[in-house]
Amino acid sequence: MSLVALATQHLTGLHLVAATSPSGAQAGVAADFSHDNFWIWLLKAVVIVIFMLTSVLIAIWFERRVVGRMQLRPGPNVHGPFGLLQSLADAMKLLLKEDVTVKAADKIVYIVAPMIAVFCSLLTFAVIPFGPSVHLFGIVTPLQLTDFPVAVLYILAAASVGVYGIVLGGWSSNSTYPLLGSVRSTAQVISYELSMSLSLVSVFVLAGSMSTSQIVSSQRSLWWALPLLPAFVIYVISMVGETNRLPFDLPEAEGELVGGYATEYSSMKFAWFFLAEYINMINVSAVATTLFLGGWRAPWPISAINDGMFNTGWWPVLWFLVKLWALIFFFVWLRGTLLRLRYDQFMKFGWKLLIPVSLGWVVCVAAVQGVRQFSSLTLQTILVALGVVVIVAVAVSYLIPEKTEPRTTGKVAPPGVFDAFADGYPVPPLPGQTLPPSPRRARAAAAVASVTDTGTEAQEVQRG
Amino acid sequence: MNPYVPLLVLMGVAAVLALGGVGASAIIGPRRYNRAKLEAYECGIQPTPHAVGGGRFPIKYYLVAMTFIVFDIEVVFLYPWAVSFADLAVFGLVAMIGFLVLITVPFVYEWRRGGFEWD
Repeated sequence: MSLVALATQHLTGLHLVAATSPSGAQAGVAADFSHDNFWIWLLKAVVIVIFMLTSVLIAIWFERRVVGRMQLRPGPNVHGPFGLLQSLADAMKLLLKEDVTVKAADKIVYIVAPMIAVFCSLLTFAVIPFGPSVHLFGIVTPLQLTDFPVAVLYILAAASVGVYGIVLGGWSSNSTYPLLGSVRSTAQVISYELSMSLSLVSVFVLAGSMSTSQIVSSQRSLWWALPLLPAFVIYVISMVGETNRLPFDLPEAEGELVGGYATEYSSMKFAWFFLAEYINMINVSAVATTLFLGGWRAPWPISAINDGMFNTGWWPVLWFLVKLWALIFFFVWLRGTLLRLRYDQFMKFGWKLLIPVSLGWVVCVAAVQGVRQFSSLTLQTILVALGVVVIVAVAVSYLIPEKTEPRTTGKVAPPGVFDAFADGYPVPPLPGQTLPPSPRRARAAAAVASVTDTGTEAQEVQRG
Repeated sequence: MNPYVPLLVLMGVAAVLALGGVGASAIIGPRRYNRAKLEAYECGIQPTPHAVGGGRFPIKYYLVAMTFIVFDIEVVFLYPWAVSFADLAVFGLVAMIGFLVLITVPFVYEWRRGGFEWD
């Protein structure tokens, strides 16, 4: 308690917080946390952690079950009703396994890395609103641990620090596969984090805030996924890349990298990496729900019933969870449908498509919003003008010549007979070179010819 | 009420979980010594010897990290502008589009020089 009080003094001393508004609610934040006390915070924090752990156990079961159905097999169905206790059994088994620390490992970093991963992944839900204010033990409090004007920035920061878990885990193992897996994973996560954070800019422009409760309350009439559909699509693609899930699960490409960055980990340390991965999946789904899908707000026909009755009290938790699990189902669906990309295709897609498109989208939204807010033009005029611009752009694109054949760069084939075994081990031919006919094929052809020859000879002998 | 204090409470709970799990498995789990188990895993062959202080990895990842920093800083500049979009009005809009154009020039340069090619 004294530690908390000390921290409070410290933070206020640094003027990290904006001045509070007269109503008691913080400036720039829609939810009112003024009645919360330490016990409410502790309760909410514990509930969040328990919620995350339970969700992960259910998500693993759900994934195996749904993928099983998609592949026409039952999936886990032995432990507990519908196999629900399967993931709990797996977790207990991991807890009871030997905790191996490999000889070459950098001991301290090796042990701390999985803790960093799981610690950072648990932080995101602090600012995710489950619902509006409710009565809890006689106190009116929002269903959200805390909120501040830079909440989404905090989410991205927590996700970025979580990457340290992966990079340090792979590096400290001092082994080839984990090192390659971790640099791959890091490059992937940071590349897709860019397009992810760029896609959020347009939401901030429309909502005028980075506070999660404020963004949810700005979606009263319209969920941002509809007007900002391109941004939503970019976010959904990059959230799959960010969480290392299929079709982007290259860090754990089993055929290439064994277990990726977690190869040298066992027991609970491995479990923490696994847990962090699934928590991150839930985190990005929750952020998508909050920023694009109206957060805890009921979907349209239900929200109109009885003067918004379903948007008050505990009902919103239901809508939030429905949206969250719909997105998790989407993750599982992708896994059951798509194949893994090659690494170069993946990086090309991220850097050459997602980032330019999301940058262009930010400029488009800013321009349209700017014209709407700072000039006297109506939305109709803007849309007509945009249509004209698109038509002109399409017309101009026809004038640009077709892409020419790519230049053949690199080595030029040396003249002479190609010898595949010149360097001591077989190499494929360069462009322009042809392989000499294989000896085996020559022998096979000779054998066939001799068989037919003897055949005809025999026939002739018979006839004769 | 300071909104960052609940964060410290959650951090405390998360840290207890993260430490507790690893600690519990270290106490509960068995310990059976086996020399091969403590070697680096490389599909059963003799592990490749590594340089002290980490192995080597392709330079391309370093390039990605550098490009990432440029764009991440760009994003960090975009966020406050997006939040105060209405207050900054036309000045902010024009300035930010100018900034984006300036960032796009090195992006195109790196693209043309093959900075995003993987082979």
